[in-house]
Amino acid sequence: MRAVHFCNSCGKVQPPVPVDYFAFFGFPRKLNLDTAALEKEFYALSRRLHPDLFAQANPEERAFSLEQSSMLNDAYRTLKDPIKRTEYLLRLEGVELEEQSKQATEKARATGELKKQVVPPDLLEEVFELNMHLEELRMQKKMGEDDPALLEEIGKAKLSLEEKYDALFNELRTEWNNWDKFVDNGTEADRRKILDRMLDVLNRRNYVRNLVRDVNEALED
Amino acid sequence: MATDTIVGIDLGTTNSLVAYMQGDSPVVIPGEDGLNLVPSVVALDEKNQIVVGNAARKYLIETPERAVYSVKRLMGRGVEDIQEELKLFPFQLADDLQSGEVIRIKLGEKTFTPPEVSAFILRQLKRNAERFFGAAVTQAVITVPAYFNDAQRQATKDAGRIAGLNVLRLVNEPTAASLAYGLDKKKHGIVVVYDLGGGTFDISILKLHDGIFEVIATNGDTHLGGDDIDNLLIAIALDDIRGEFGLGFENEVRRSGEAVARIRQAVIEAKIALSSQPAAKLDVDLPGGKRYQREISLEVFEQMIQPIIDRTVGPCKQALKDANLKPEQIDEVVLVGGSTRIPKVRRLVQDLFQRVPHTDLNPDEVVALGAAVQANILGGGSDITKEMLLLDVTPLSLGIEVAGGVTDKIILRNSTVPASATQYYTTQVDGQTNVAIHVLQGERELARDCRSLARFDLKGIPPMPAGMPRVEVKFLIDANGILRVSAREQRSGKEAEIDVQPTYGLTDEQVENMLLESFDYAEEDFRQRQVIEARREADTILTALAKAKKNPAWQELTSEERSKVETLENALVTVKDGDDYHAIRGGIDALNEATMRLAELMMDMAVSTALKGKAMNDTDLEEGPKAGHPVAKAEFK
Repeated sequence: MRAVHFCNSCGKVQPPVPVDYFAFFGFPRKLNLDTAALEKEFYALSRRLHPDLFAQANPEERAFSLEQSSMLNDAYRTLKDPIKRTEYLLRLEGVELEEQSKQATEKARATGELKKQVVPPDLLEEVFELNMHLEELRMQKKMGEDDPALLEEIGKAKLSLEEKYDALFNELRTEWNNWDKFVDNGTEADRRKILDRMLDVLNRRNYVRNLVRDVNEALED
Repeated sequence: MATDTIVGIDLGTTNSLVAYMQGDSPVVIPGEDGLNLVPSVVALDEKNQIVVGNAARKYLIETPERAVYSVKRLMGRGVEDIQEELKLFPFQLADDLQSGEVIRIKLGEKTFTPPEVSAFILRQLKRNAERFFGAAVTQAVITVPAYFNDAQRQATKDAGRIAGLNVLRLVNEPTAASLAYGLDKKKHGIVVVYDLGGGTFDISILKLHDGIFEVIATNGDTHLGGDDIDNLLIAIALDDIRGEFGLGFENEVRRSGEAVARIRQAVIEAKIALSSQPAAKLDVDLPGGKRYQREISLEVFEQMIQPIIDRTVGPCKQALKDANLKPEQIDEVVLVGGSTRIPKVRRLVQDLFQRVPHTDLNPDEVVALGAAVQANILGGGSDITKEMLLLDVTPLSLGIEVAGGVTDKIILRNSTVPASATQYYTTQVDGQTNVAIHVLQGERELARDCRSLARFDLKGIPPMPAGMPRVEVKFLIDANGILRVSAREQRSGKEAEIDVQPTYGLTDEQVENMLLESFDYAEEDFRQRQVIEARREADTILTALAKAKKNPAWQELTSEERSKVETLENALVTVKDGDDYHAIRGGIDALNEATMRLAELMMDMAVSTALKGKAMNDTDLEEGPKAGHPVAKAEFK
């Protein structure tokens, strides 16, 4: 399936039809995506849809080109990034994303509100310890003290978190494979289960990312 | 005759240029003085006529209150944004300026907005091009700093309109430079463009791939450039003067526009000399027969400017980070802008990117040349440009203000443009028919730290219980980097009306009025334009006549009629290349009248031919308007 961007008989640009980003490129709704093929297709479509090619065209064609190429760019930007692609698919499948995102955190910080964060159970102990260390570090910095042992401790924790972060991406890939297998022939219940698991991985991953960022900030301050 | 040539314009802080594509290569069009660079200086002469460029420079010293430079720094900005500028530049604002109003600058007794002043410069460039082509120039591509925000871009577009130009595209300066640079070579790889000009700094990282110039990341500072170096040197000179002659005298110098202008000219000359010499001398005549003299060594100069050029490092690092690249992954570095002639700047770039930068293109001209290339592409392209396509990005994130004064980013910086985002709004009170949206640009978390672009008032929402309406608002950044907003209430399908209050911009009506007013200052322009248009009309009628003479109808005329037509034809040929508008106009009208019967005969013949079953195409009549192309519905396969 693929959206038709041009008239079949004369090749002129057409108004965009409301399709999802996968269909826009003529790709199946699968998460393992050949990014080289995506880029090639992006360049090929850019060469036909970009407003620069319609500077001398009539206003209607110019408007179509503007809409089509903005959709092309939006779609490409979303699909080429593995995380954005996953989040997009979840939303497409009707899953409400828990705003564990960077933006939500920033918002909470800026307004001084406390953000509700669910600590993944397997991280509880580690996070508790890390937060204590970070608190200690801030205190020491205020006093102008320096404790190499504490820094080493925090450095180790950071390394462990970064490993977890990478491991979570691999976990996500496993779910991608499951999704791609079941998207065409699995049951609705199968697919729901995979979507829920992907959401869970993403939330944990965002949580770890925020932690790493907190550590980096504490070290830099 | 190169009619309808689209020109490329570099509207710079210090200098402006106009270029076009001559065959396979872009060329700068010189002014009447034979020089390529038109200084971006505008002055009002004794007769209250606008003077632009080299001719205006003398007024900077003679009557500084009637001249202005570096106006680009004020484009798209409000009074509260330019307090720093006012300390450093001799801008004189209008006395009756209201808060929230677009800035107006005083030139003598008159006041002009920054887009109007820029329009005077554009008009001069347009005139130079028209003189060069001998034909009207109405379409242009204009370059802007990549890091310009929406308001600054809009102001530049307004300036184009006020100058009587249809601005087909705003192109980012570093991207334009890459077009000029990549024209003759089929290049692949990652290219960095470091552009330090008179007033702005941009860094852009591009991926070149089979003629596609894809910008991956851009960053910059729209208030950093050679001007800052000049101002620093002026401040040091004034310090010296206080040390030598006392505070009272320093204040006297400061108050004298002429003395400051002289110092400014001297430090600019010294700065330029220091790009090729180990030392430079300052020697300035001051009021009261006093004199300021100093020698600056290259070493001291480089120490002084270090803090200024160091300000380019942060944006470079951020752009690399955004592009997810390490310096060793960069294939080439290109330098653009006059300030990159400073050896210290070149060393800094070399250290940052671990590459010897390219300097083979003239850094003052490369942006205009690139604009000409883009103009050629927009005009349909030629053999050399037909594979070229520019994919640029928006330099700043677009956001909307949400509860708590927080910015919700909806289009992130470095997104390829055109780019769009859709948001949904509803009402909070029963029967509410308006929703206000505050649009911002910038990277900060709080709305008050971002740049306010505009307040949109969605009107005409059908009255419904609170929370029921669902207004879909589409934010679209076009290929110029300018925001467009449209809205629709989904339940009723009604297009919502949008009232835009640009925070720092001109309304359409204001721009139109300025376009009309601008003719008052350029009577010469208006006359020239009339001549050019009449000349084109004369060419059209002469061509048509030459064609008609081959038509059998020509032989149907009496010999007297034929000789009268030919006499008038020769007369028009003679006057059309002159500058007398009335003579050309008269010649056209006379020839038109004399050929009336010829036209009728041709028409009759064409009709009878058609009745005989011959196709219209076999006659010499022009084809009728082509039938509009039916737009087929898009479909799915």
